[in-house]
Amino acid sequence: MQTINFLKPSRDNIKNYSIIGSFLVLVSLIDVISNAFFKINLTFFLPGSLTTLFPLITGLIGLNMMRIDYSGNKTLDSLNKNINTNNFNALLTLLILFSIIKALPQSLSWMIFDATISGDSKDACTGTGACWTYIKVWFRRFMYGMYPNEFHWRINTAFILVIALGFVGYFMKENLKKYLALYYVIIYPVIAYLVIYYLISGGSFGLQWVETGAWGGLSLTFIVSFFCLIFCFPLGMIFALGRRSNLPAIKYISICYIEFWRGVPLITVLFMSSVMFPMFLPEDFFMDKLVRVIIAITLFEAAYCAEVIRGGLQSLPRGQYDAAKSLGMGYWKMHIFVILPQALKLVIPGIANTFLALVKDTPLIFVVGLAELAGMLALAKTNPKWLGFAMEGYIFASIIFWIICYAMSKYSYNLEAKYKTER
Amino acid sequence: MNNILKKFIPQILAILFVILIFGFLTMNAQTNMDNRGIDFGFGFLSQESSFDVQFSLIEYSGSDSYARAFLVGLLNTLLVSFISIIICTILGVIIGVARLSSNYLIKNAAAWYVEFFRNIPLLLQIFFWYYAALRALPLPEKANAWFGVTYMTVKGYYIPAMVWENLNVFLYCGLAAIIAIIVLKNYANNLRDTQGKQIPVFIYSIGLLIVLPLLSFLFGGVSLGFELPELKKLSKISYIYEGGISLPPELIALVLALSLYTSTFVAECVRAGIEGVSKGQKEAAASVGLTPNQVLKLVIMPQALRIIIPPTTNQYLNLTKNSSLAAAIAYPDLVLVFAGTALMQTGKAIEIVSITMLTYLTISLTIAAVMNWYNKKIEIKEK
Repeated sequence: MQTINFLKPSRDNIKNYSIIGSFLVLVSLIDVISNAFFKINLTFFLPGSLTTLFPLITGLIGLNMMRIDYSGNKTLDSLNKNINTNNFNALLTLLILFSIIKALPQSLSWMIFDATISGDSKDACTGTGACWTYIKVWFRRFMYGMYPNEFHWRINTAFILVIALGFVGYFMKENLKKYLALYYVIIYPVIAYLVIYYLISGGSFGLQWVETGAWGGLSLTFIVSFFCLIFCFPLGMIFALGRRSNLPAIKYISICYIEFWRGVPLITVLFMSSVMFPMFLPEDFFMDKLVRVIIAITLFEAAYCAEVIRGGLQSLPRGQYDAAKSLGMGYWKMHIFVILPQALKLVIPGIANTFLALVKDTPLIFVVGLAELAGMLALAKTNPKWLGFAMEGYIFASIIFWIICYAMSKYSYNLEAKYKTER
Repeated sequence: MNNILKKFIPQILAILFVILIFGFLTMNAQTNMDNRGIDFGFGFLSQESSFDVQFSLIEYSGSDSYARAFLVGLLNTLLVSFISIIICTILGVIIGVARLSSNYLIKNAAAWYVEFFRNIPLLLQIFFWYYAALRALPLPEKANAWFGVTYMTVKGYYIPAMVWENLNVFLYCGLAAIIAIIVLKNYANNLRDTQGKQIPVFIYSIGLLIVLPLLSFLFGGVSLGFELPELKKLSKISYIYEGGISLPPELIALVLALSLYTSTFVAECVRAGIEGVSKGQKEAAASVGLTPNQVLKLVIMPQALRIIIPPTTNQYLNLTKNSSLAAAIAYPDLVLVFAGTALMQTGKAIEIVSITMLTYLTISLTIAAVMNWYNKKIEIKEK
């Protein structure tokens, strides 16, 4: 019994144990760090297989010695509680720490220390690291596509205008607030369309015409997702109401619509918009490829939107409907003033997730020949002057998309938290 | 009278609207096709396709029909979805459980894994694996063997092929094992209900699954050999592996991207499911004297699975639909083979795009129907 007590840390011998334990953990970490950063093998005197296992074994023993319940030392206690509850946890902790330390120097040197950013041709990139020169030279192409360089201000101005118009709701006077929904659903899309049409497309007011084939890069991603976003929401609302309707014809038409679009992949929808859709239009009627793509994505996402909104409609208690009806409200009055304001508030996070999916889906328009960011990368990658930098390009694009999507998901999470407390 | 009108007028208007749209589109299509001299019909399916597919699960050559090309594409789509679903489930369960770990580092590592792979568009991930990561692999002649017999090269992953003799005997033995397990399980249930005795069914089942097929090797004349991939010189500088099975890099890139991407969503479903079972359930089960294993098996898992399975199936469906992105890196799936190559050759846009969409729709609706049936079955029956 005595020996077991001696081997196990307790309150009496905690000092010795914690010091020896943390020393062992420190040794194991120093060994891994020196190995990874300075390529020095501190345990060269051990046989081969033991050298790799040495930090793991010492670390495990060290953590095992440090483990004691309620030692009274705050740091030690929180350490034990968070990363060192049992041997298995300690092992996982060590493995994660080691893999982070092992991966850090390689990725850091590739991305930062050995990377090149100066110069403006491939010749500048002689190091072993990443070639950010490539991103620097192609940056405008990645952002604006083949849009003529001297007109980039037009895209920027249009975006600033559209964003500014979007914030009008915040500054509206109190007595005008009731028209806010009308503004966002009907007036705002029309104005935004006109702004983008006249500024980016040009063709009048002395602005040179730039055809949509030249649009591209990240700005195209924004344009496509913006229009799909503002059109798919009202459409989705209509089909959500339709699916909840008592009238069988309307109900089944809505169900067919929703289930059809939800059952097919977006890529086939885009194929349809590019090869099949022109067959269904009158002969002399020409529709721009970009417009066709926007219509296709809108129809597609509207089905997802409808399902999200239907979830909100269903979660409202029946009493709300009964109360509205007992006040003598008709179908439209009841929905506009009682049901939808409550239901839409409930589905804001769901809608935000749908929009997030929409933004992530926009690179797909690459398959019909519109070159947004992913498409421009594919183009740049095959440029004979810039062969061999696919890695840098995709990492750059991934970072950009990641930032956009992560910000959106965090925002939707905040909204969810905000509206949860209100109910 | 007024009420009836109110009910019928909107419905009639809606139906008229739909009919008008469809009529308008069909008429346009009719005139367009007449003008271009295209006729509508599915006769082309039996014609000779005269194009080659790089990777196919069934025998296929250019002299086969378009219908067979469709089948090749469909099988390739199902193959990539099947592999990715298995991998994403394993990964998703591990990550989902890790997110609930008490270990600070593991919890956060899992959370960052989810945030990282979920927020990058799938197409970019596929491109990254295919054009950037897999292109950095060694050439066939420089490749090192993994596990001694498999080779990961820039031209694909080469693994040994299994050469069976009397495979059917082996399969019969496997079938017999499964039937024996079902019988055993029924017997054990019966015994438990009538006499209250417990049999370790799980261990016996595993034993049966291993022993019966092993017996077939000893007595059934079954034998298993391996055909190893071997390096062969094609010309002065180009080498290739022959023999064995080769997995093309397109397939690997697609499986990697799809399973990593979808595993984040599966992980969230798993986490929500486990969190959804209230703590009281566990305590109640423990207090009636169940062992920790029994608590997990009989109380926690059935309830967690009820929450986990429906959204997870939804993710599997999404994965299957997302596998159509294969067309972007030229993996010969349904979209590339049929809606791509076959469409270019025949020009039958309407027929081919509708067949492709209907195929996906059928897959989705079938799985959705099965899911609805399953949901009804496991639903908590309230009195």
